[in-house]
This record gives sequence, structure tokens and C-alpha cells, in this order.
Amino acid sequence: MSDDGDHKLRVSKIRSGTVIDHVRGGQALNVLAILGIDGSEGEEISVGMNVPSDRLARKDIVKVEGRELSQDEVDVLSLIAPDATINIVRDYDVVEKHRVERPDVVEGVLSCPNAGCITTGDEPVSSRFEVFDDAVRCSYCGTIVREEIASLIDT
Amino acid sequence: MRHDHVITSKQLSRSDIETVLDRAAEIADDPAAVADRHAGALLGLLFFEPSTRTKMSFETAMKRLGGDVVDMGSVESSSVKKGETLADTVRVIEGYADALVLRHPKQGAATMASEFVDVPLLNAGDGAGHHPTQTLLDLYTIRENAGLDDLTIGIMGDLKYGRTVHSLAYALSNFDAHQHFISPESLRLPREVVYDLHQEQERAQVREHESLEEILPSLDVLYVTRIQRERFPDETEYQKVAGEYQIDAETLEAARDDLTVMHPLPRVDEIAPEVDETDHAAYFEQAHNGVPVRMALLDLLLSGEGGETDE
Repeated sequence: MSDDGDHKLRVSKIRSGTVIDHVRGGQALNVLAILGIDGSEGEEISVGMNVPSDRLARKDIVKVEGRELSQDEVDVLSLIAPDATINIVRDYDVVEKHRVERPDVVEGVLSCPNAGCITTGDEPVSSRFEVFDDAVRCSYCGTIVREEIASLIDT
Repeated sequence: MRHDHVITSKQLSRSDIETVLDRAAEIADDPAAVADRHAGALLGLLFFEPSTRTKMSFETAMKRLGGDVVDMGSVESSSVKKGETLADTVRVIEGYADALVLRHPKQGAATMASEFVDVPLLNAGDGAGHHPTQTLLDLYTIRENAGLDDLTIGIMGDLKYGRTVHSLAYALSNFDAHQHFISPESLRLPREVVYDLHQEQERAQVREHESLEEILPSLDVLYVTRIQRERFPDETEYQKVAGEYQIDAETLEAARDDLTVMHPLPRVDEIAPEVDETDHAAYFEQAHNGVPVRMALLDLLLSGEGGETDE
């Protein structure tokens, strides 16, 4: 049995919902934050962190019971989990499986770290970031962020 | 020119720039020809920061086109003081005016404001971000004095917070211009601007320096900006660099005779008054050029020749 198979014994199967696999180790909680999932709405969530992986050496895995994430939602994950795979599960069967794709733009997901940016005030405007291969850039003030993107997640 | 709004110089192509500058030259040659061109039109002035040249030159430009202005006045005397958002303010004034001019202390303010209005909106400075109409008058002045191609320009001073510098650098990348940026380490160009110049604007030829001395003899134009004392956390750090970035007649002995010295103004002590009397000085001419350039821009936008935006 591969390491990938072994972790399945640690995190139980879900009946219906979404399994986010191959998340970089340590990013699972950021994945939940970026999806706006904090458990307050009664979602059943399983999280495995730093489990062995053939592909990533160590990876996180997030299982969300009873909720199928939209393509837009999972694409946003690419900012912090570019290697993630998304499995949509119905009646214990994986009915869809796909990789995340980096969107061109993300809106209302990240906060601009530039205190001088108009989006940090009280204006009725959502943050908007262009997504590059290795960075994101605020569409309003132009600030480029290459590292610590997870710290910008608007929770 | 194909834009409804003028937000950054990045959006302006070489063709856009030349259209504005050519129209400005026509207007400068014969201002009487456009004296009634926009009679009855109103320009809304929204200045959330102090301004002398930009505000007054827009006002002059509009009046010389036969139109008039409605002025929000100071922040202290407006509804902003009551907590009104910028988004609401521009939506209100849009109903009074045919075009809006916005200066605001926050970066990205003009971009955001333009999303809430249908009339043309001109960015007159957004924090440390952009100042595209200043850039157009800078380019007009450079073209008149040195030409815009095969140009070697030094841009010196506060490059970090200087929005006129950022806008000028982007616009110059449309031309065959060698750009030399001279500043103390602490006031270098923002990395975002360098990224754009090197990555997105492949034609840009950009070098950074800490000393003017090595590059001065090769310059066609030296564009000086004020080193902003208030930006330094430590007065002694300011004192270390302030004197090095001062231009006087002695400094210019090493320059070419046809060097053009520019400054967006206001200046404090970075250009000695004795330079004013030399053939190098172009900064007052530069300020005066703001009127025909802004007349040209307003004429294009109010005539509908701004066209549909590319975005």
C-alpha cells in the first residue's frame, strides 16, 4: 500500500462532499480559511496534517462532508495549495476528480497588506488580486506579494 | 486615444501619448481656436489632498475651453468630514459634472472611484501611486526640449513615494529612453515598479544609482524630485543623503550644455535658485505646460474622442 493509501486509514471516508487532497503540509487550516469554513455552520470536517505522501513527501488533506465546492472556490485554493486535487464524493464514490487551476483574478479573498491602499478603508469595495505564477498583485494599489500569501487571507 | 478614464500612465500607449501631446501643441499655438469649444461643460474637482499646480491648471484649462468647474472644496468643509465614502462622493458629483478630477491620499483611489461613475475620471494623484496628467505635461516638456526618442534621462530624489516618478517611468517605457534612477538606498523605486519596467515593459532600459556624478555627463534630461524629510524615521539618516541630492550651478558644470533640468514642484532646497537663471532650468515652463496639456486631455475626453475603454 502506498503512503497515499495509508493516510486514508487515518482520515475516515465521507459519504458525500468534497475531499481536498495533496495540500502542501501545514496549509490545511489556511485552506479552510480561504473557503470561509470555520465549522460554525455545523459542517462536518476532517483534517489530516503532515501525513506522508508519494508526491509531496508530507501533505495535508481536508474532507468537507455534505458540501460540494464550486470550481471558483477550488480555484482560489491554488493560491496556497497549487498541487491540490479535488474529489467530489457522492454515496462514498468519487464522481469527479480534478486539479485546481490558478484563476486570473481572485476577489474578496485576500486583504491588501498595503495600509495606504484604498481597499483597506471603509469603501464599499472588495479586494481584487491578479494572480501570477509566483505572486499575487492588488488590482487597486499594485502591491505585489510573493510570499506569505496565506497571511492575507480575509477571514 | 481609447479610454474613458485616465487612471495610470500604464494604460497609455505611445499613440495615446502622442495624440494628447500633438493636440496640446495645437492648442498652445492657437488657444483662441478652442476658447468656446466646451462652453457650458462642467468639470468636478475633488481634491482630498492639498494641491496648487494640478488643481489650478485643471481649473484654468477648463475655463480656457469655455467651460467651468464645480469644486468640492476642502475635506474639512465637505461631507467627507461627516464620514461619507469616496464611492458616494463621486456618485453624487457625477450628477453635477461632465467629468471628474480626483486627488486622494490612498493608492488605488482613482481606480476604485472610476468603477462607480460613467463620466470620465482623471486621476490627479493617488497617494504614492500614480499621477498620469503630470506625466503627460512632463512628456510634453521633454519632447519640446530634448525629444522623446534616443533619450537619456536621470530621475533623482524620492523615487519610493514619488508618484510622478512612477508614472513617468511607465510612460517613458513606450519610447527609446534610457532611464537612470538616482536615489539613496532607502528611497529606491518600489519593487513593483521595477518589476513592471523589467518584466512587463520589455523595451524599458532601466538602471539604478546612488550617485548622480557618474551618470550626469550623459544625460539629456535630469528630473529632480524632493526628498521628503518627513518620510525618514531618523533625522540623521535624512541629513546623510539630503546634501547629495542637491543641484546647484557647480553641480551642473559636469553636465552637457543642453541638459534640461525638470522638477514637478514644489521644490524646497533640491535645486538652488541660481539654477533658475541658467538655460538648463525648465521647471517653470513645465508647470505652465500643464494648462495646454490638460486642455488637450479634457478636449479629447469631453468630445468623446476618448472612445471606448480597452478594458
